Amino acid sequence: MNAPADVTVIKTAAETALANAYTEARARLPGGDAIAAQRAAAFDLFAKEGLPHRRVEEWKYTDLRALMREAKPLASPPDAAAKARARTAGQMLGDVETRRIVFVDGAFVPELSDTAVLERGLTVGSLAAALADRDPLLTAHLGKLAPGSDVAVALNTALMGDGAVIRVGAGSTIERPLHLILVASEQPAASFVRSLVVVEAGARVMLIESHEGPPGSDYQVNAALEMIVGDGAHVDHVKIIGEGAAALHVSTLAAAIGAKARFNTFTFTIGGAVVRNQLFLNFNGEDTVAGIRGATLINGHQHADTTLVVSHVARSCQSREVFKSVLDGEAHGVFQGRIIVNPGAQQTDAKMMTRALLLSERAEADNKPELEIFADDVQCGHGATAGALDRDLKFYLMARGIPEAEAEALLIQAFLGEAIEGIEHAGLREALMDCVAGWVKARA
Amino acid sequence: MALLEIKNLRAGIDGKEILKGLDLAVNPGEVHAIMGPNGSGKSTLAYVLAGKQDYAPTQGEVRFDGVNLFDMEPDQRAARGLFLAFQYPLEIPGVATMTFLRTALNAQRKKRGEAELSTPEFLKKVRGLATTLGVDPDMLRRAVNVGFSGGEKKRNEILQMALLEPRLAVLDETDSGLDIDALKIVADGVNRLRGPGRSFIVITHYQRLLNYIVPDVVHVLSKGRIVKTGGKDLALELEARGYAEYQEEVAA
Repeated sequence: MNAPADVTVIKTAAETALANAYTEARARLPGGDAIAAQRAAAFDLFAKEGLPHRRVEEWKYTDLRALMREAKPLASPPDAAAKARARTAGQMLGDVETRRIVFVDGAFVPELSDTAVLERGLTVGSLAAALADRDPLLTAHLGKLAPGSDVAVALNTALMGDGAVIRVGAGSTIERPLHLILVASEQPAASFVRSLVVVEAGARVMLIESHEGPPGSDYQVNAALEMIVGDGAHVDHVKIIGEGAAALHVSTLAAAIGAKARFNTFTFTIGGAVVRNQLFLNFNGEDTVAGIRGATLINGHQHADTTLVVSHVARSCQSREVFKSVLDGEAHGVFQGRIIVNPGAQQTDAKMMTRALLLSERAEADNKPELEIFADDVQCGHGATAGALDRDLKFYLMARGIPEAEAEALLIQAFLGEAIEGIEHAGLREALMDCVAGWVKARA
Repeated sequence: MALLEIKNLRAGIDGKEILKGLDLAVNPGEVHAIMGPNGSGKSTLAYVLAGKQDYAPTQGEVRFDGVNLFDMEPDQRAARGLFLAFQYPLEIPGVATMTFLRTALNAQRKKRGEAELSTPEFLKKVRGLATTLGVDPDMLRRAVNVGFSGGEKKRNEILQMALLEPRLAVLDETDSGLDIDALKIVADGVNRLRGPGRSFIVITHYQRLLNYIVPDVVHVLSKGRIVKTGGKDLALELEARGYAEYQEEVAA
């Protein structure tokens, strides 16, 4: 960390490949001089730090340097066949009616997207176009929310190609959920997607992000979403990580939330070989109520890490953090949750609970809750548990004639239900419970 | 042929023997009461019959409906018609009572090769039973036993029994924690199910329940064995004189 700037510490094949990809692509990556400078600064951080590894505290349980054997080349624009396959993407939502905004290998595909006619107050565009047009929204916000010290975010900034740029005007209520559908094609490539969502004062919107791809391809995704939630706004955000079985997925949500707002975010992790899901949430205005939840279902050799940093800056906000994971086979689940209550954030009410259910002797759960409290009039708490299925409950169900596999399925669904019930949208809640039921059934 | 036949059953938990050579035969349609002091093995017997993990038989034989009971998993025993009303019914957060009841009933029917009940048929049946047993329909929408009072939990057990229509019901201290009104409701529920095709083992510490569920046979269980068997008057005798003499008898 203290190495002089001119000393390069890049050494793994993946690090070299990422550096080459940036050098080769930087001239054609979208954006003007200011963006190019932002990219260069971000790349410098990566060049200095390299990929995060286990001696970096925030990445202790997810050693990306070891897990990322190689860096895939930047994805080429999707061809007609890839687009055709993407037509059916997003099916994990069941029959929830959404406005589809489709990206294939990180590139916006207007012909698969439903963005021609929008509700009043809503604008939806692509990041590539906004960068080319020097959209003032980007100048004002891009890169301002995501933590500058995080190398995964830095790589995203250096190499971002496309993404969504969404604005919900003051006071607008968008009835139909917006659905960012991010699909990987068969090409084993890397995509760097960056999105910006600005929800102005008093507006209301639901934003769903879903990530998926073919099971046989070891593609890589680095997605970052920056979100501004205005005063009195109401935002529901749901991210579904349903990547293909061999995929590496790193994604980041960075949000700045205003006063008297309602903010709910839910991450559902079910796919991918290696998943790192980062949330950086800043509560900058008073009297906001937030629900920050997640459910993870993994098996085999899957690795899924949820890293959450909640910073209470303003007073009188309430946040509830509930993260549950079900781990089978030799899966490894990680939860790191840090709640920071800054000196001015009196009357903060923050409660964090993380629970892991281990279905196998070889599965591993690492839970690391942290509270950093610098104010004296607050209510904060956290709890963490890890354990197996309750044998007595299982016996009770079996004594009523329910076979063992079905009894376990009921208990697993009930366990995750506590987190999923926090989603306000009934259709989406049911769709996710169906995903859970499908996972449990496939396990038996 | 006896519906349930227990011969020289020895069983326990964690290597500690609790049942020490128990014999019992229950014929179809009979109601047997098993009474005994705390620690005599009443609940152990109930758990061994239902197949709770860790309650392992070490010796002896139990045949239920002509089949070796220990060859069957708990769910198979249930589907064959064995029901245990738990002394301490468990709370299952996140599982709605209706889902639980329907899953249980349909799993049993499926295992017996019967058709699953349609939703309207099922709802009608459950609602009817709930009314009879004084179970608040609101309870059926809540998670299994979560937030239920002790009496409500016991009534929920009887509701499950009535729905599942077992051939042998083992009631493990169903009277404990019930006030007299709840006790009457529970006893009514049991009596309504009495018939030539259904047998009961009523495990209780007190004689009170047997005023309402009148048994055909009363057994005294002490230190893991049945030490006396008699008619319904034996229960009254025990109520008047206590268990002391039976405990001594075994010790002597």
